[in-house]
Amino acid sequence: MNAVGRSGRLGSRIAPYLLIAPFFVVFGAFGVFPLLYTAWVSVHRWHLIAGGGAFTGLGHYRDLLVDPLFYNALSNTVSIFLLATVPQLVLALGIATLLQRRGAGWQVLVLVPNVVPVVAVALVFGQLFGRDYGIVNFLLGRIGVAPVSWQSDTWAAHLGVATMVMWRWTGYTALLYLAAMRAVPRELHEAAALDGAGGRQRFRAVTLPGIRPTLLFTVVASALGGVQLFTEPQLFDGTGLAGSGGSDRQFQTVAMYLYEVGFGRFDAGYAAALTWVLFLLCAVFAVVATALVRRVVRR
Amino acid sequence: MTIHMRRFGSLAALAALVVFSLFPLYSTLVVASHDNADLARPTPPLLPGARLPEHLSEVVEKVDLGQAMANSAMIACVVAVANALFCTVAGFAFARLRFRGRGALFAVVIGSAMVPTQLGIVPLFIVVDALGWYDTPAAVVVPGLVSAFGVFWMRQACLEAVPAELVDSARVDGCSLARTYWHVALPALRGPAAVLAMLSFATTWNEFSWPLVALDPNDVPTAQVVLSQLAGGYYTDYPLVLTGVLVSIVPVLLLFVLFARKVVAVLLRGAAETGS
Repeated sequence: MNAVGRSGRLGSRIAPYLLIAPFFVVFGAFGVFPLLYTAWVSVHRWHLIAGGGAFTGLGHYRDLLVDPLFYNALSNTVSIFLLATVPQLVLALGIATLLQRRGAGWQVLVLVPNVVPVVAVALVFGQLFGRDYGIVNFLLGRIGVAPVSWQSDTWAAHLGVATMVMWRWTGYTALLYLAAMRAVPRELHEAAALDGAGGRQRFRAVTLPGIRPTLLFTVVASALGGVQLFTEPQLFDGTGLAGSGGSDRQFQTVAMYLYEVGFGRFDAGYAAALTWVLFLLCAVFAVVATALVRRVVRR
Repeated sequence: MTIHMRRFGSLAALAALVVFSLFPLYSTLVVASHDNADLARPTPPLLPGARLPEHLSEVVEKVDLGQAMANSAMIACVVAVANALFCTVAGFAFARLRFRGRGALFAVVIGSAMVPTQLGIVPLFIVVDALGWYDTPAAVVVPGLVSAFGVFWMRQACLEAVPAELVDSARVDGCSLARTYWHVALPALRGPAAVLAMLSFATTWNEFSWPLVALDPNDVPTAQVVLSQLAGGYYTDYPLVLTGVLVSIVPVLLLFVLFARKVVAVLLRGAAETGS
């Protein structure tokens, strides 16, 4: 009896670790380990299928620093990110304000785009933005704008890809803001109103500072999403060139370039170096964005 | 007067919101149900046409979308059930059991959600290939078995729905951990676990880049990969492609409609957490 009790106690000491073990095993094996292993791969000549070869030291990193294709992909990524994120966050703020006193049905509606598979989004918008028969050019034509070559013009392509990202994420972001706005204590609004602050002033002095952590979260999350942006641009151009981001790589993102290097050229060593540099950029960006949001929206 | 104006403005904004959210989906139906010739007219069609059944049989002739959707469904179901199971027990442990290192370990869970793991696609491929999993279901199932978001969220649900006193008193009364979990925690966690399963299903169903590289594209992989193949080539036959898209959206949209209210509630609560 006593022995059973003791072993039971021992069991209950180990049990919590057993319950959380699956997460750590999966995250360790398919999250952490591959990342650390990337560092090893990145300093070797490494064929994706054939495996590792000679030690190259920092050679891949040196090549990367002078790789024009890398800088092209990087600037495309930043440009698409800005075009997608800035309007998205502003729109989301507006939608959240609009939905503040509306029922749950509206919240469901704005979330619909987010559950549509990315592949579907990319293919649907590819059609909407078609040069000859797309509805976007048709509507533009109605107001006298000449047909835009959405896939071949750099800026137009960036705008097209950014629109897809915006469509998928604006409603989701709006719901996050809505939740944060509802958590702002009502007394703060009432006190500001008593002090004679109008709606717009209250928005700037009470609402925005109140939802600052959520703002920060969405900016960082969009940036992480931006660096990983792959499917939308990959499928934006359905015609044969898919994967290179247009005939002049005018909308190839860093994630697409990573895919091209790793799975097109099978150059895992170079791809690994690229992976590490992108991680570093993500970390730097997270820090910069945090500082920026802190400064722009003061407590 | 100004109140009327404001009211009109907000109604107009809501109408714009409906169009913004739903037009791309509606237009998918319109394009899928017309011929290329119809679409090429000076004024493109704005109402659904009659060609959908024709296009459906054409899609099925061209690619094995049925098989691909069955594959996707199987993969997504396994991932959904596994997430409901593993995330629920882990969330329960983090919320209601006392053990050494709990805080630090939970911090790892939170931190892991901020790592852009999708960038690690090349080393992940090397690992999965070394395990001999290339072009097997394991390659796309195992890495998704349990998610940081799920653990975080089930812990939250447990903190709200399972009283600590109830767990403690059950334990003091000599109830084993397994029985405590089964009789005290699980009944309260069934609802949240179902929502988590639905979200995991949708995420897995929608996955593209990883199945694209981890499965042999010449075998029938997942629905998303097959759709991208249907769109590839020198000429994209949009009515056909969007018919496939329409079919592939149905399962996730159905699930979403069934769970919509709960999903929104989850999201709103989760957001309040990140904001606090």
